[in-house]
Amino acid sequence: MNQTIAISAQNVIKAFGQGDHAVRALDDVSLDIRKGEFFTLLGPSGCGKTTLLRLIAGFEMPSGGTILLDGADITTLPPNKRPVNTVFQSYALFPHLTVAQNVAFGLEMLGKSKSEVTARVAEMLALVKLEPLAHRKTSQLSGGQQQRVALARALAPQPKVLLLDEPLSALDLKLRKEMQIELKRLQTETGITFVFVTHDQEEALTMSDRIGVMSAGHLQQVGSPKEIYTRPKNRFVASFIGETNFLGATRDPMGYRLDCGIVVQAPAAQADRVTLTIRPEQLRLVPEAEGDIPAKITNLVYFGTDTHCHMSLPDGTEVTARLQSPSDGESGLQIGQGIGLRFVPGALQVLEE
Amino acid sequence: MAKDVTHLPGFTTISMTVFAALYLPIVILVVYSFNSGEDLAHWEGIGLQWFTKAWANDQVKDATIRSLWLAAVAAVISTAVATMAALGTTRRGRFKGQTFIYVMINQPLMVPEIVTAVALLIFFAWFKVNLGYQGMGYLVLAHSAFCIPFAYLPIRARLESMDLTLETAAADLYATPWATFRRVTLPLLLPGILAGMMLAFVTSLDDVVITVFVKSAGQDTLPTYMLGQIRRQVSTEVYAISTMLLGLTVVLLVVFMALTRKKD
Amino acid sequence: MSGPASGKTASSKPASGNQTSTGASAAEQALVKASVRSGWLLSTPALVLLALAAVGPLLIMLVYSFLTPGEYGNVEWGFSTDAWTGILFTRDVFDDTLRLEDAHLSILWRSVKLSLMTTAFTFAVGFPTAWFIATRPQRQRGLWLFLITIPFWTNLLIRTLAINEILRTEGLLNNILIGLGLITEPIQIIYTDTAVFIGMTYVYLPLMVLPLFAAIDRFDMRLLEAGYDLYATRLQVLRRIILPVVKPGIIAGSILVFVPALGAYVTPRILGGGKQMMIGNFIELQFGQGRNWPLGASLSVTLLVIVTAALLVYVRFANREVTRG
Repeated sequence: MNQTIAISAQNVIKAFGQGDHAVRALDDVSLDIRKGEFFTLLGPSGCGKTTLLRLIAGFEMPSGGTILLDGADITTLPPNKRPVNTVFQSYALFPHLTVAQNVAFGLEMLGKSKSEVTARVAEMLALVKLEPLAHRKTSQLSGGQQQRVALARALAPQPKVLLLDEPLSALDLKLRKEMQIELKRLQTETGITFVFVTHDQEEALTMSDRIGVMSAGHLQQVGSPKEIYTRPKNRFVASFIGETNFLGATRDPMGYRLDCGIVVQAPAAQADRVTLTIRPEQLRLVPEAEGDIPAKITNLVYFGTDTHCHMSLPDGTEVTARLQSPSDGESGLQIGQGIGLRFVPGALQVLEE
Repeated sequence: MAKDVTHLPGFTTISMTVFAALYLPIVILVVYSFNSGEDLAHWEGIGLQWFTKAWANDQVKDATIRSLWLAAVAAVISTAVATMAALGTTRRGRFKGQTFIYVMINQPLMVPEIVTAVALLIFFAWFKVNLGYQGMGYLVLAHSAFCIPFAYLPIRARLESMDLTLETAAADLYATPWATFRRVTLPLLLPGILAGMMLAFVTSLDDVVITVFVKSAGQDTLPTYMLGQIRRQVSTEVYAISTMLLGLTVVLLVVFMALTRKKD
Repeated sequence: MSGPASGKTASSKPASGNQTSTGASAAEQALVKASVRSGWLLSTPALVLLALAAVGPLLIMLVYSFLTPGEYGNVEWGFSTDAWTGILFTRDVFDDTLRLEDAHLSILWRSVKLSLMTTAFTFAVGFPTAWFIATRPQRQRGLWLFLITIPFWTNLLIRTLAINEILRTEGLLNNILIGLGLITEPIQIIYTDTAVFIGMTYVYLPLMVLPLFAAIDRFDMRLLEAGYDLYATRLQVLRRIILPVVKPGIIAGSILVFVPALGAYVTPRILGGGKQMMIGNFIELQFGQGRNWPLGASLSVTLLVIVTAALLVYVRFANREVTRG
């Protein structure tokens, strides 16, 4: 089993500041990242994801816990002794060196022979399609090109794990989409384990094999993009990834009794008092008489392909349904109109509080 | 009234007067240094005779060489220690005693020169009497010390504007701390170091008060030689020396500007 | 598969907190310690040099101020507070009583008066100049600033010499005044307090303009539009908006001018001609013809105390500005 784990973080704690002012950026985080996977740490800013990345890279020492790389303890190893490389958010390209010199830097530090360095640099520049710019200063490159240099530089020493700290955040939307595909290609071609940090849920969902959702120094949930989206574990994960509706409910012999009085079916949980969640696209609108729950339309917002229908339930709970806009643009719905709601079978999820 | 909001009445007139008043005396001094007349009172056309006269004066030549030598040695020493101190006081967490280090380093900027000069006179007098050593060591020591803040400030500014992640990146790419310093920090810091050295050089070259009090007999620098001359009789020779010093200062300043501008 | 990771989050917060909350791990602490130690190590050569040739001698000077003057200069090793009373008083040779020493008092008073005047006047003309520079278009600003910087770095002696050339009896000022028919005989400006005041204003002006410029440069000019929009006149905008906002710059500039002005030596020496002494010249005198090293030392310590007090006031002000903003 351990043969397949690249990075293992065990009960990792990182506190900043001293005594009473100490802030826990990471509060007892344990996580296994498998060899060869594209793993994403996802969370809002300040959730601790970058701190975890910096601990893996060795830029900071944890206040407690252990970090293993291929089963070996690297917790206190300085960064220059770890076979792990980083693509920085700001790229951190050496401004006094050319593109090729930047890519060669790590290889030279490892004491590789001149011929080996030259060959490897050429190979890397070919990989990121930057051969014509080999002898430019990095300040003369565009943002996208700098990004590629940073990638080539970090990949050149053939690290066991490549760490990427929000590397796409400085790029404009179009370039970001291109680089997402590019990154995925590089990861598949090189077979290197990628640990990618981002606050962009869409980026995480499209690129990752697995995602770790973080908040307030805690790892909230780890799973495949599909798992995370369809079976969020708690309120934070459900609301951070995509849009969702929350419904308060109490356990009932027949299932769960929603606050509006209707009894619904959902996976069993321990607590008596729970929150149920359902995605806006998993709500169906039907004539008032045919629905499971009666609702009143409070607002309609047109988004082009979709229309968002905001409704209130009898107990006042607000819910939103996402409907595909009809081709003629007329949904036939009106604000103030009463309507019936139906849940897609199996879509209701129970959240841990 | 539709003027720029930043306009305040009379300010432009005052500042133009200020600039004129700042430069007029200097320009007149420079012009007079080219006076070919025998004394200051009478203008007798342009000539370089006072420059050649000054240069033929062995005392002036000695003082010039001594000034340049002293400034160079003091600049190198102060820049070396200031660079180390700047590396030691930036880019790490605040530590106890850091304020003490700042105050120590900037102390020469805060204490009036005459006070430092007198203190050094007292201090070095003891050594001069008891050790019998009268050499240039005292001047080198004094100049190196008061040049430190001038070298330190631009180096520190450069270090603070430097992206720390570059060094992190170097460490990430297997560079040892020493390799990181040599291959990344030092090359990027170099303009700051040169700028600091330049300011230290100019500061040492300009010093009058401390040098007057510290020097032993026969250790005149250019400024103390000038001061000695002025005490007797202001002569065109002193103007010629001033013009040369002024030229040197302007050249060094332009180089300094070029060095510090490049970083943007 | 993600069990160990997610299972821990909710349950183990308080339990695991105990073992590590009091202290960071050894490696983390060692890293911080190493960083502090290298900080001190790297600063040591500079500190040693400064202790040897700047701070240390000041302490020795303090000791000397409590000794007895030697007959040919230097000191005798005997404790005495004469140097301290001697700053303001003189001992009557006949009845051994202390009288206020008028000559000393006038030197101290002149120093303080001329320094304050210099500070006030450099501000009066320096503020418009700094404002002018800061409101130039970005491209021109560097040039105007450079024009202030050149005099700043030019040898003090040369600048004093230049102003001496203007003020002397056969100098430009008298020639112009005579040429304009305002006076018939050259007036004596050089070797007066006025000459020292003009000279110090001239040499210390850049020290006022530079910090003022730095403060005005950071000033948000949109505040002016807001002021005018709210019916303020130009004078009200200047007094109620501009001056309060750039106050830290005003204080910095005033300190930067006042401190060296109070300790001025070269400028009063040349323009005051040895008669209109300031503290700096008076101190020097004690090490020359005066042959009273302890008095020179006590005067120096006094000057240092005044300057330090001024700096502390500045730090207090600057900090208050920061915490308030």
